[in-house]
Amino acid sequence: MIIMTDDAPSAPAPAEADAPRGTTKDVQGTRRLAALLLSPTLLVLALVIGYPVLAGFRESLYARGQGLDADGFVVEGERFAGLDNYTSIFGGDRSDAFWNALSNTTFFTFTTVVLETGIGVGMALIMHQAFRGRALVRASILVPWAIPTAISGLLWRWIFQADGVANAVLGREILWTAGGFPAKAAVIIAEVWKTSPFIGLLVLAGLQMIPREVHEAARVDGAGPLQRFWWVTLPLVRPALLVAVLFRMLDVLRMFDLPAVLVGVNQRSVETLTMLAWSEASDLRYGSAAAYATVLFLYIALIAYLFVKLLGADIIGEARKASARRAKAVA
Amino acid sequence: MARRVLSVVGVVAVVAYCLAPFYWMVVSAFRRPQDQFDDSPVPSRWSTENLTAVFSGGNGFGRALLNSLVVAGCTTALTLLIGTSTAYALARLDFRFKNAVLGLVVAASMFPGISQLVPLLKLFTDLNWINSYQAMVLPSLGFALPLSVWLLTAFFRQLPFELEQAAMVDGCTRGQAFRKIIVPLAAPGVFTTAILTFIATWNEFLIALSMVNRKEMQTATVAISKFTGVSGFDQPFGTQMAAGVVVTVPLIAVVLVFQRRIVAGLTAGGVK
Repeated sequence: MIIMTDDAPSAPAPAEADAPRGTTKDVQGTRRLAALLLSPTLLVLALVIGYPVLAGFRESLYARGQGLDADGFVVEGERFAGLDNYTSIFGGDRSDAFWNALSNTTFFTFTTVVLETGIGVGMALIMHQAFRGRALVRASILVPWAIPTAISGLLWRWIFQADGVANAVLGREILWTAGGFPAKAAVIIAEVWKTSPFIGLLVLAGLQMIPREVHEAARVDGAGPLQRFWWVTLPLVRPALLVAVLFRMLDVLRMFDLPAVLVGVNQRSVETLTMLAWSEASDLRYGSAAAYATVLFLYIALIAYLFVKLLGADIIGEARKASARRAKAVA
Repeated sequence: MARRVLSVVGVVAVVAYCLAPFYWMVVSAFRRPQDQFDDSPVPSRWSTENLTAVFSGGNGFGRALLNSLVVAGCTTALTLLIGTSTAYALARLDFRFKNAVLGLVVAASMFPGISQLVPLLKLFTDLNWINSYQAMVLPSLGFALPLSVWLLTAFFRQLPFELEQAAMVDGCTRGQAFRKIIVPLAAPGVFTTAILTFIATWNEFLIALSMVNRKEMQTATVAISKFTGVSGFDQPFGTQMAAGVVVTVPLIAVVLVFQRRIVAGLTAGGVK
């Protein structure tokens, strides 16, 4: 879980407590040093993320364009619109585009993460069992990850051409990039191709931490391969897997490059929330673009919160464990 | 024996899964333009016509590569400069709010780029920064900095800080101990973080697409997606695949050379 509280007593580390100098002075010094070292990062994050969140929220309360003021005069430029941008997102004549984008985003997130996890775990098991060719697998598994998403979008657009290689292999005549379900499927295939090796890598790292004896013991107790996978392997890689899945989910929720390049912007079938906000912004409707972006931001925060709460993905747990371990080692 | 065969089959399947689409990109890049729509797995006639087309005048691709290099290079340098000290503090010092800061870094790395983009687009328009490098570098810090702080913290945690204390017992000041003991030990982790951050920024698309509308300032990923064919509707796939090869092959070469480090970085960070 992301726990924002200090659960470990943040009293001086044992090593420093043993130091001959005055303890309080040392703690103060550490604190000052920490503040000094942290401040540049916090400052930059405040500027490039904190400011945009607040300015974006403010922006979402304004509308641009012509309107009539109280006396019936035409006013140009920005005017305060209150929650108009939000009400028109959820219920106005443009609400259709929003619900479509929201459902696309959710659909992509669910399907790709499920497929990626399945394929990624499979890949990890294969790599873990591999007798030979491990180096080759590890090298090739990094290739999809290293190709820029925009370029893999182009690559898959080329593969999914009407007279492209996908149709040639399948022996069908599917118009993949024209819209409808095939377009969604094309995006999902391309996304899963690019990211399941990443999950595979993380799960493999988890698998390699499991001591051999655990499997031996399960085998001696009469557990078959499937039982061993389900009751031994899976629970032990669960922490690594949960973090990987969470990061993947949050990444798909903000997806833009792949559908934009593979199918195109302003395509109903694959338009995600980010794409919708982007096309609003490129039409200079900053107010409603900011409203879409704010909604997406809240949606992502909600999903992250639920995921962490319900499944207990321990993101910064490693940090706490490590510092506890060090404290113990020094003591 | 059956297990062995099964394992080999599995390995072949994984390698084919990962490499087949990439192989298709390479093959398509080296076909003659008139053979573009052939489906043969190996080109009937190899040709570098597409590659020369990539660098022909109209596309300005050389300049785009340079732009990518500048943006990704500056972002990486800045994040390392800023992030290293923060990661050191997070890994090494015990202070209150440490978990809060770590949580903040993680939250920042999950932040959707579009929420950052809309206000910054407006701000940079007012500042006349559209079509400038800083308009791409600054927003990129938003995802690059959390990524590198996170990775560096993971690496720094593995350092044997007892050595630093030993050096201080031997008479080094804290600063000397840091410079002479910790910096050389931390260098590999910093290097790995630099590679991963560079790749992440090099692959960036949304910011580079939105902050720039002049062709000379486009980064490589944006430029390739906007290559135009002879007629407006005719997407020049051959040229685009060739450009894709030009952009990805150096990247893949670097990744393969440093694959052990990169795998260590990806798994330590658990971040994209």
